[in-house]
Amino acid sequence: MHESILAFRKRRYLWLALLVSVVSIAAYWIDDPQEPANGGTVLGYALGTAGALLIVWLAWFGVRKRRYASTMGTVQGWLSAHVYLGLALVLVVLLHTGFQFGYNVHTAAFALMMLVVVSGLFGVYVYLKYPQRLSENRGGVNRSELIDQIEDVDTRSRRIARQLPAEFQELVSSGISRLQFGNSMWARLRARDLSQVLLKRGNDYAVVANPGQEAALDWLADQQSRCRDPAVAALIGELSGLLRNKRRLLKPLIEDFRMQAMLEIWLFVHVPLTAGLLVALLSHILAVFVYW
Amino acid sequence: MSLELVIVGGGPAGLSAAAHAQQLGLSWLLLESGPAHANTIQRYQKGKHVMAEPAVVPLRSDLPFSAGTREAILGAWQQGIAPLSGNIRYSAEVASISGSHPEFTLTLADGESIGAKSIVLAIGLQGNPRKLGAPGEDASFVQYTLDDPDEYSDETIVIVGAGDAAIENAIALSRNNSVVIVNRRDEFARAKEGNLAQISRAIEGDSIKCFYNSSVASIDAAGSVILNTETGETRINCDRLIARLGAIPPRHFVESCGIGFPSDDPTTLPELSNKYESNVPGLYVIGALGGYPLIKQAMNQGYEVAEFIAGKDIQPADHGILESMFAGLPFKLGVDETLALIRRRAPLFTDVNGLVLRELVLSSNLLMPKKGEEIFRKNDYTNSFMTIVEGEVDVETDSGKLIRLTQGQFFGEMSLLSGRRRAATVRAATSCVILESPRRDIIRLMNSYEAVRRNIDEHFIVRTLRAGLAPDAPADELLAIAGTAEIRSFRSGDVLFNEGDGADGLHLIRSGSVSVSRRIGGRDIVTSYVAAGNYVGEMGLVGQASRSATVRATVATESIFLKADVFMQMLERNDGLRERVQEIVRERLSENLRMEAQPEAGDLISFLMQQGLGEATDVLLIDETLCIGCDNCEKACAETHGGTSRLDRAAGPSYAQVHVPTSCRHCEDPHCMKDCPPDAIRRAPNGEVYVQDSCIGCGNCERNCPYGVIQMASGKEQAPNLLSWILTGRGAAPGKRQPLADDGEGKKAVKCDMCKDLSGGPACVRACPTGAALRMSPSEFVKLSKRVN
Ligand SMILES: Cc1cc2nc3c(=O)[nH]c(=O)nc-3n(C[C@H](O)[C@H](O)[C@H](O)COP(=O)(O)OP(=O)(O)OC[C@H]3O[C@@H](n4cnc5c(N)ncnc54)[C@H](O)[C@@H]3O)c2cc1C
Ligand code: HEM
Ligand code: HEM
Ligand code: SF4
Ligand code: SF4
Ligand code: SF4
Repeated sequence: MHESILAFRKRRYLWLALLVSVVSIAAYWIDDPQEPANGGTVLGYALGTAGALLIVWLAWFGVRKRRYASTMGTVQGWLSAHVYLGLALVLVVLLHTGFQFGYNVHTAAFALMMLVVVSGLFGVYVYLKYPQRLSENRGGVNRSELIDQIEDVDTRSRRIARQLPAEFQELVSSGISRLQFGNSMWARLRARDLSQVLLKRGNDYAVVANPGQEAALDWLADQQSRCRDPAVAALIGELSGLLRNKRRLLKPLIEDFRMQAMLEIWLFVHVPLTAGLLVALLSHILAVFVYW
Repeated sequence: MSLELVIVGGGPAGLSAAAHAQQLGLSWLLLESGPAHANTIQRYQKGKHVMAEPAVVPLRSDLPFSAGTREAILGAWQQGIAPLSGNIRYSAEVASISGSHPEFTLTLADGESIGAKSIVLAIGLQGNPRKLGAPGEDASFVQYTLDDPDEYSDETIVIVGAGDAAIENAIALSRNNSVVIVNRRDEFARAKEGNLAQISRAIEGDSIKCFYNSSVASIDAAGSVILNTETGETRINCDRLIARLGAIPPRHFVESCGIGFPSDDPTTLPELSNKYESNVPGLYVIGALGGYPLIKQAMNQGYEVAEFIAGKDIQPADHGILESMFAGLPFKLGVDETLALIRRRAPLFTDVNGLVLRELVLSSNLLMPKKGEEIFRKNDYTNSFMTIVEGEVDVETDSGKLIRLTQGQFFGEMSLLSGRRRAATVRAATSCVILESPRRDIIRLMNSYEAVRRNIDEHFIVRTLRAGLAPDAPADELLAIAGTAEIRSFRSGDVLFNEGDGADGLHLIRSGSVSVSRRIGGRDIVTSYVAAGNYVGEMGLVGQASRSATVRATVATESIFLKADVFMQMLERNDGLRERVQEIVRERLSENLRMEAQPEAGDLISFLMQQGLGEATDVLLIDETLCIGCDNCEKACAETHGGTSRLDRAAGPSYAQVHVPTSCRHCEDPHCMKDCPPDAIRRAPNGEVYVQDSCIGCGNCERNCPYGVIQMASGKEQAPNLLSWILTGRGAAPGKRQPLADDGEGKKAVKCDMCKDLSGGPACVRACPTGAALRMSPSEFVKLSKRVN
């Protein structure tokens, strides 16, 4: 129903970026400096200035994004322009350098810029791909509803466990309190279920890893197979039904956290490196003028 | 010995009347059913900031009142009435009033009777809580209200009731107590969605025990209650029993005193004279019960009524306001004379009671447009009602023809009744004087006076017919048709007619909206959505004789029903009408074909209609194929609206990757407006339903909005400077500002105002980096469905 950032307004910023690129290439082509093409020629200065202005403008997006009352375009329009012009920047700067690199602050700035651009490309990829997957994964239910449903299962499990021996109550309550995934950005990205559970083996309790409630389910199956009292066996069966239900609910939830983390993680590269880039760029320009 | 004056009810109105009666040397007595003064105010939330609206009206009372906390105000009154306490009796509920002036007899609930020459009824609208109706209902551990759930812990508490109040109490108490809830039915049908989910979960999870299909049989003063349950009698020992069974509206009691109401509608007010005297001489009605729902108004009336009873004549406190309102008018008449002139000139108001007319004028504006000046413009969303006091206006119809309206006629009723945009532009044809009245007051007038309702309805029908079907028909022909037309009301989900029914007539949708569906391959497929201002049922009339589709109300809907023969006659008499109708039929048929080819689109529309979007004018939707969950929309809303976001993105249902977040849809007939004491919720010309500063924070709108989009919020801390936040990280991040402990204003209602004060339009939409957030009106939903498949 709506356009993506790439398709925004008939791709007007793609055309603008192409125009910038074509003009830069043409100038580079036509230019015939005394020395080999590099940042120090007239065109080098021009392209360098254009590149620096572009970078400042690209970084300004972080400010515009938070000027919520601003009437200067929409954030979507800005992002569309940000993406296309951010890519054109690579070309502009390459031509500025005349493809001369070395081990110096200039090249460090360039490297940082490339990292920002590459992380940006990753961002665009996840922005385009993940929303649809997120929505399909949740299947019309929102995250807090999923959590509510899991809590429902938990309270029902507790109620059944109360009618069973202590080790079952321990199983249920430890399973709930030791449910663990996505405590950190990293854990969310890895989508690992780090849950544990307390199981009674012989006369002792042991803490066992319980990803996907597997350990608990296995233990319940074992108990059920050895149970002689049909009423108790039925209760155990009910309990394991509930835990299977929980497993079914946990999967999309963990996946939801993972995808949401993917949508955010790259900004942890993109934004700090932008700050680094601005510093490096300033050093580059200062260095150039000092050695002049 | 009979007293000169007995005041029933010790709220702001009653107390103020008492204080002034004392001042005037009358012999008086005040009877209050509650255990302390001003029961209604006592029941406000602790620490509530009470506001002194309307700001323009001066206070006229021997008791003090200005904006402040509930405690401060109750304290000031307590002090003010201390010298009068000999004449005030608490826990004295008046059960009946008999006799007549000057020999009334008041009978109290405990059987005592008291004689009085005059009586002032100031019992407000809150009503007394419904009692359990079982032996022991007044036992010491039984209560009918709950101020602060945190006051109790480690008790066993039985809650009786199944409404929102009972559920909210039960859930709040269950945190620190063991709670049992008793429900007379087998489900919590009357509760709001959110409460229903919470209580069901609590019962499922055993944190609250519920007895369904059960009632209280009796209460044992020793501390137990006996229930009649499905399985027989059960005794529960408890520390406390809280019954939340709603309130008994005072209407019945008032009627039993002989006071007449102009109609059965629950919103109508008793008939009163300029001196607040009812149709029973010597029996006066003031305060909220008389239709003045604010404290200051109630207090002013208390003062004035004491004056009247003492035989004095004073101008009401609002006299000065009317005087200045009328000062600019060309008539140069006094206040009463101008009111009389308005009544004389506008036949609509002929039978309207003087006090009601005065109040109507007071809440209205007087417009004085010059010749040629625009009064309102086509497609504006305003909904006020215009009465021409002097001069003439021209209504510009679609065909370019002008319709002249003259002195005494009214206009603007179309938007008022349908909640839709203005259907035409209206301009002053000469210099005019026009009374512009707010929607709420006119609706109340229509509910109170059958003649007013009939008059307005008739004009509505004539004008709708003229706009939609027969622009050139003479007025008398249309009037005759209007006489045969019926107004039919439907609740949400009701069927107007079924596929295959005989075609007996045409429905002009006057308010609400309907969906059209057909049965194809054994299931209902929605083929279109028809908004107010259009008609349905024409196909059966011009083509085949039976209905080709089922039409259902998507929300509460009213239609004007024209019988088949009347409509046929219209077709005969009006050139071009048949062609116009056939054109519409053709368009609908091709739309049907398109929609039948893609049933998913119809499913999406039915989903949206199930979310109540049939009554929306502008709704925020989120395209889940683009939404990255960054919540920038919420942050933008918060930062442009004092720190509180008016939308909750993640909440709400989704279907076919269209998400309906919790946010205001700017309803055509906003439920939130219904019961706002200061009339603070208004609709702006572009359709935005917004809350004005005069909100007193009563929370009625929060309860009345079925979509849960209004919050009560206090001010938030100041936002840091953006650049310094980015550079240093000091201060609250966008969307994360903390509420102020005390902003001196108290909580007020906040809701989406569609960013009407921002030049760029909705901030939420403009802040979305991927373009996932969009606002649209229901007529555009079909566009949405094009994406599906
Ligand atoms: C939550 C809430 C917040 C509000 N906030 C504000 C605000 O900030 N500012 C504002 O101006 N207005 C506010 N209002 C409106 C205000 O409370 C009313 O306008 C005002 O109380 C009306 O005064 P009253 O004297 O007419 O009636 P009430 O205050 O309702 O007083 C009626 C009294 O009569 C007693 N009574 C009833 N029946 C009997 C009987 N049979 N026998 C004897 N006594 C009886 C009752 O116990 C009660 O004490 C608010 C209302 C609510 C519900
Ligand atoms: C105001 C803007 C700029 C000016 C005035 C400028 C100036 C110069 C000059 C004079 C040189 C030649 C230095 C030399 O040969 O020793 C140079 C080289 C270079 N510039 Fe810039 N520049 C600017 C912007 C940028 C930007 C935005 C980047 C990329 C982030 C950049 C990256 C480089 C690189 C990688 C070189 C090549 C270094 C090398 O030869 O080893 N410059 N620049
Ligand atoms: C050197 C060039 C670039 C700089 C300095 C830069 C800088 C920034 C900054 C400061 C933000 C704001 C982040 C925030 O505040 O949340 C941002 C966001 C973003 N950038 Fe870049 N960027 C650059 C290049 C690119 C490129 C080339 C792409 C894509 C190809 C890109 C894609 C994005 C995206 C998708 C966002 C996220 C927008 C959002 O979620 O609101 N950027 N960038
Ligand atoms: S607040 Fe609620 S009732 Fe009022 S317009 Fe918005 S959605 Fe409708
Ligand atoms: S806007 Fe809402 S809270 Fe405010 S006075 Fe009106 S109904 Fe009460
Ligand atoms: S339109 Fe404005 S007020 Fe309404 S939700 Fe969006 S940002 Fe908030």
